[in-house]
Formats: sequence, structure tokens, C-alpha cells
Amino acid sequence: MIKDAAIYDVDSIMFDLEDSVSPAEKDAARFLVYEELTALDFRDKELIVRVNALNTQNGIDDLEAMVRTKKVAIRLPKTESAQDIIDCEREIERIEKENGIPVGVTKMVAAVESASGVLNAREIALASKRLIAIALGAEDYVTDLKTTRSPEGIELLFGRSMILLAARAAGIDAIDTVYSDINNEEGLRAETMLIKQLGFDGKSIINPRQSKIIHDVFTPGEKELRKSIAIMKAIKEAHARGSGVISLNGKMIDKPIVLRAERTLALAKAAGVKFEEADSVCA
Amino acid sequence: MESSDIIIELSPENSSKTIIDLTSSVYKQFGEHIRNLISETLLEMGINGVRVKAVDKGALDCVIRARVRAAACRAAETSYDWRGASK
Repeated sequence: MIKDAAIYDVDSIMFDLEDSVSPAEKDAARFLVYEELTALDFRDKELIVRVNALNTQNGIDDLEAMVRTKKVAIRLPKTESAQDIIDCEREIERIEKENGIPVGVTKMVAAVESASGVLNAREIALASKRLIAIALGAEDYVTDLKTTRSPEGIELLFGRSMILLAARAAGIDAIDTVYSDINNEEGLRAETMLIKQLGFDGKSIINPRQSKIIHDVFTPGEKELRKSIAIMKAIKEAHARGSGVISLNGKMIDKPIVLRAERTLALAKAAGVKFEEADSVCA
Repeated sequence: MESSDIIIELSPENSSKTIIDLTSSVYKQFGEHIRNLISETLLEMGINGVRVKAVDKGALDCVIRARVRAAACRAAETSYDWRGASK
């Protein structure tokens, strides 16, 4: 199964050594992931490994193995505070130095799964330059809140918002939690549309069947794309005229609008959308 | 056991040689290679003079190495010393 992971249409693959592996098999799982990551080509996928808690020997052994691959980012589960990130980074740096690996090459993802973690989200996201994303783990989070998950997700709103704001303050990605009901495509689409509207950069999945829906929601539609292209063209034309005032269809175009247009075009390009005009208006 | 995996069982052997009892779905094509890989992986860990029972269903080399290392550590009732192995 590990060897086939690269064939799926996903942007990032996470190998889990934590909750999905029984205690009796954690040693074997570690060896399998280490050996297959070292030997196999996962093409252009971002590779992440969720390690066990670092206050366990399994967690330390996971880091020892995975940092040595030089291929993965480390996802730290149940991150409660900035100190958790600092402690993890200290171990990673030690392993890098002991093995002649350039310091800093191993990136990190913080998974927030509790009330404390959510309240500390900003400090967590700012705790290390190695962090590339902060993610929400909803199942443990709602349990900690003493509630349950609902289709509308109101119980997650505060947690999602805190994680999103923390990500933006730190300049890193905000990744939403998995949608467990793999047979409910409409539910997945609705939740993905919600978190996209909130501002999230992506969403974790637990089945390859879910990736198309996520990509569909995050890929800019034609109307949005054409509007963004028109905005960038107006910018170029104004600059060519030497004009500092830019308008489109009678409306002023200011910096936030430009930034949104640039992001739309970047998303479209990343999704493989073909739009010839954009190449002439994008940097 | 799933396809593309291998089961490794280690037991003590009263000699300095490693004896490998291999059953494999690709025995004719890769039997010798699998035996050599199992022996090499054990030697890298400083292990010799064991009996290995291996049941293979087309595992890649990396999976064979992983399963051998895990079995060896479990047989020795010890954790793998990643720091020591790097030196």
C-alpha cells in the first residue's frame, strides 16, 4: 500500500505511525515507512510522517528514522503549546547534525487536537521556522470539548478560526481535518466549501476517492478566473501608461483585490487549469 | 498476509551459519536474491547463526529489509539503535 501511494491524485501523502498503528506493530511500521521512503520514488508529492508523541520512546525512534530519510516533514500530533514544537525541533536538529544533514531541511506540521492547543494556536504556529502548516484534528478536539461532530460543524468554528488566524499570522498553511464518512460525497463537498470560504488552504482525506471533490472545490471556476485575468490585465495596462490609479469596469482596484486575483491564478495554475492569457499577465 | 509482503520468523541455530527456509511466490525468479538480501540485512545488524523462516508474497527489497530488521529486534527483545547504526 505504501508503494502505491504516489499514483493517487493528491498533493501530499501522510504516513501515519501514530493512532492508526497498534502498539505491537509500531516498530515494524517505522521500519517499513523508513525503508520504503528511502528506496521508492514518490514523484512530486509532498511527504509527511505523523510520529508518535515525543514523550514516548516510539516518538523519539520515529524521529531518528524519519529525519534520516531527508524526504519528509514531521507532523507532530496533539500539539498543545509552542514548547512542544521547540522540543521537537531540538530533537530534529540534533539528528540532522549527527547525520550530516543540512540543518533546517526537515520541515514540520503542527496538529492541534485539543482546547489548549487551539487557544495556543498562534504561539504554536510562530514557534519554528520549520513549520509549513498547522492542522486541525477534529475527533480528539471535539472529544476534549465534550461534544460531538455535527454536519454543520458549528462546534468546530472557533477551533478552525483560531487555527486559520494562527496560520496567517505565521505565513504558513492551514489544513482542515478529515471527513470520516467516505460514502457521503455531498457532506464532504459542503464541508470543503465551508472551510474554503473560511480561508483554509487544504483538507486532509482518508480515502483517495475524496481527492477529486476537494480539488474541484478549491479549483477556481471559469467566472472567477476570467475576473482575475481581467484584473491583472488592467494592472499591467495601468503600469504601462504610468498610471497609479487602476480601475476595471468603473471600479477601483486596490491591493487586496490584486492579491486575491494573484492567489486565484496561482491556484488555477497549481490545479493544472489551462488559461493562455494568464501567462501574459502573471509574473 | 497481504500480497507484496513477507513474514519473517527467527529462531536460534546451533551453528555460525544463517539458515534460511524460504517459501516465495517468485521463488524461481528471485529466490536466491531474497536469501542473499535476508542474510545481508542480518549481517549488517551483526547477526549470524540464526534460522530464518521466510514466507514471501512478492515483497520489494525495501519491505524485506524492513521485516527482517523488525524481526531481528523483536527476537533480541531490543529497540533498534538508530544512533549507533549511523556510526
